[in-house]
Amino acid sequence: MKSRRFVLTFPPEATGEPITYNLIRKFDIMVNIVKADVTPGQVGHLVMEMTAPSKVLKEGMDYMKRQNVECVPIDRKITYSEDLCIHCGACSAVCFAGALTMNRSTAELVFEPEKCVMCELCLTACPLKLFSIDLG
Amino acid sequence: MGKKKSVEEINEKIRSGRAVVLTAEQVAAMGRESTPARIAEKVDVVTTGTFGPMCSSGMFINFGHTDPPMRMERLTLNNVPVFGGIAAVDAYIGATETALPHDQYGGAHVIEELIAGKDVLLQATAKGTDCYPRTEIRTLINRERVNEMIMFNPRNAYQNYNVAVNSTSKMKYTYMGTLLPSFGNATFSTSGELSPLLNDPEMRTIGIGTRIFFGGATGYVAWHGTQFNTGKPVNEHGVPVGNSATLALIGNAKEMDTRFIKAAYFEKYGVSIFVGVGIPIPVLDEDMARRVMIRNSQIETNVIDYGNPANGVLGRTDYQSLFSGEITLSGKKIRTAPLSSVKVAREIASILREEIVAGRFILTEPVELFRKTAGLNSLQIRL
Repeated sequence: MKSRRFVLTFPPEATGEPITYNLIRKFDIMVNIVKADVTPGQVGHLVMEMTAPSKVLKEGMDYMKRQNVECVPIDRKITYSEDLCIHCGACSAVCFAGALTMNRSTAELVFEPEKCVMCELCLTACPLKLFSIDLG
Repeated sequence: MGKKKSVEEINEKIRSGRAVVLTAEQVAAMGRESTPARIAEKVDVVTTGTFGPMCSSGMFINFGHTDPPMRMERLTLNNVPVFGGIAAVDAYIGATETALPHDQYGGAHVIEELIAGKDVLLQATAKGTDCYPRTEIRTLINRERVNEMIMFNPRNAYQNYNVAVNSTSKMKYTYMGTLLPSFGNATFSTSGELSPLLNDPEMRTIGIGTRIFFGGATGYVAWHGTQFNTGKPVNEHGVPVGNSATLALIGNAKEMDTRFIKAAYFEKYGVSIFVGVGIPIPVLDEDMARRVMIRNSQIETNVIDYGNPANGVLGRTDYQSLFSGEITLSGKKIRTAPLSSVKVAREIASILREEIVAGRFILTEPVELFRKTAGLNSLQIRL
């Protein structure tokens, strides 16, 4: 069973359905909420790690789709222009989650989106502004 | 002391393809199992490299004359103010100057775009004189159309630099990057054992006129850099602890490469520029061999509280620890991150090595060595 991190986007007209509760109770998906930004009447975002067999995970995602909740793997939400990176390391300074680290032997930046908590600090810390987050 | 070599003898070896050239990292590794005497005998040149943000950078441009001519007084390039207080169509664009209110775009970006060969918008006004009657101009310029693009950086290639931490409860945005509260991170900015002035700490071979790798082109050391300070304490390995000597560099920006000149914006601080510098060090004798063998573990620097400068120096650490990703300060482990690209610094040292091996880059003896200084003046408020 693999843990994967997703960004859930809730529409402003949320049905009031307890999505996370149902993912746990009905689908037996292990859920770890990493970051929540949900305000009534506005588009909300939840960064969540989900652990379940892939078949179960698929069923959970289908359920979310029926509830109009977008569920996208985090690496498709946060991107960086790797080809333009100069590997200075400034982004790794602020990445307390450890998603951005420097490889000691190659001196290259290593980006592991699975560890990202969407704190967005890298967006401003990168002196070349190479990171972007697409929250729709 | 063993045999000594002159720069001219080393150049003869370079010309005849017999010179042994290593990068500073290679010689540091070799130094673990060798002696200064053997390295002095075996190695002729050691190449260094650094690619970090160096604010004190900029470029002279001569735009060429229009018909009728103009004595440009107020100038901008892509809306970034440019200093025009010199002859008619000469100007100096500083890397950190910004196009207010767009403070994330500045002189560094204009310089990078010009080096990339892009068109840049020149706008200028003047009062008009009998000999320079034109009063305004709005046109596009680029690398091919201007007469000169001379990069002249008054302070580059710092010999060692502080480590920055933040003791306060608030995020601090500095030229040392974003510092997380409560010692959440520590940033540093040198290429350590690859750094030019750390491989010749007493500047026995680097002085006025030294030929260097500069932004992808050949450049020269023009002078000692501003805030040049040889008065800093030196550790047991002969390396100054903390920021000390600097270099003023000059080179033809028309020949530079944007891989080695890169505009940057540090959040809530401002625009800066990454500059690629590489200096070859001739291994003249055992003393120079001992210098170029320096390893990250032997280079130390001070940890400074950028959140509260009144706290002064909080501790001392070495580059092996800094590059490991973690240092310990007063018993607390702090995550570290570089701001200077070792990857590109390695590339520079390697290119310079290949150029020397191929006989295309010949070493120079300084026209004049730098003077020793006692320290720096601070600016007194006298009124």
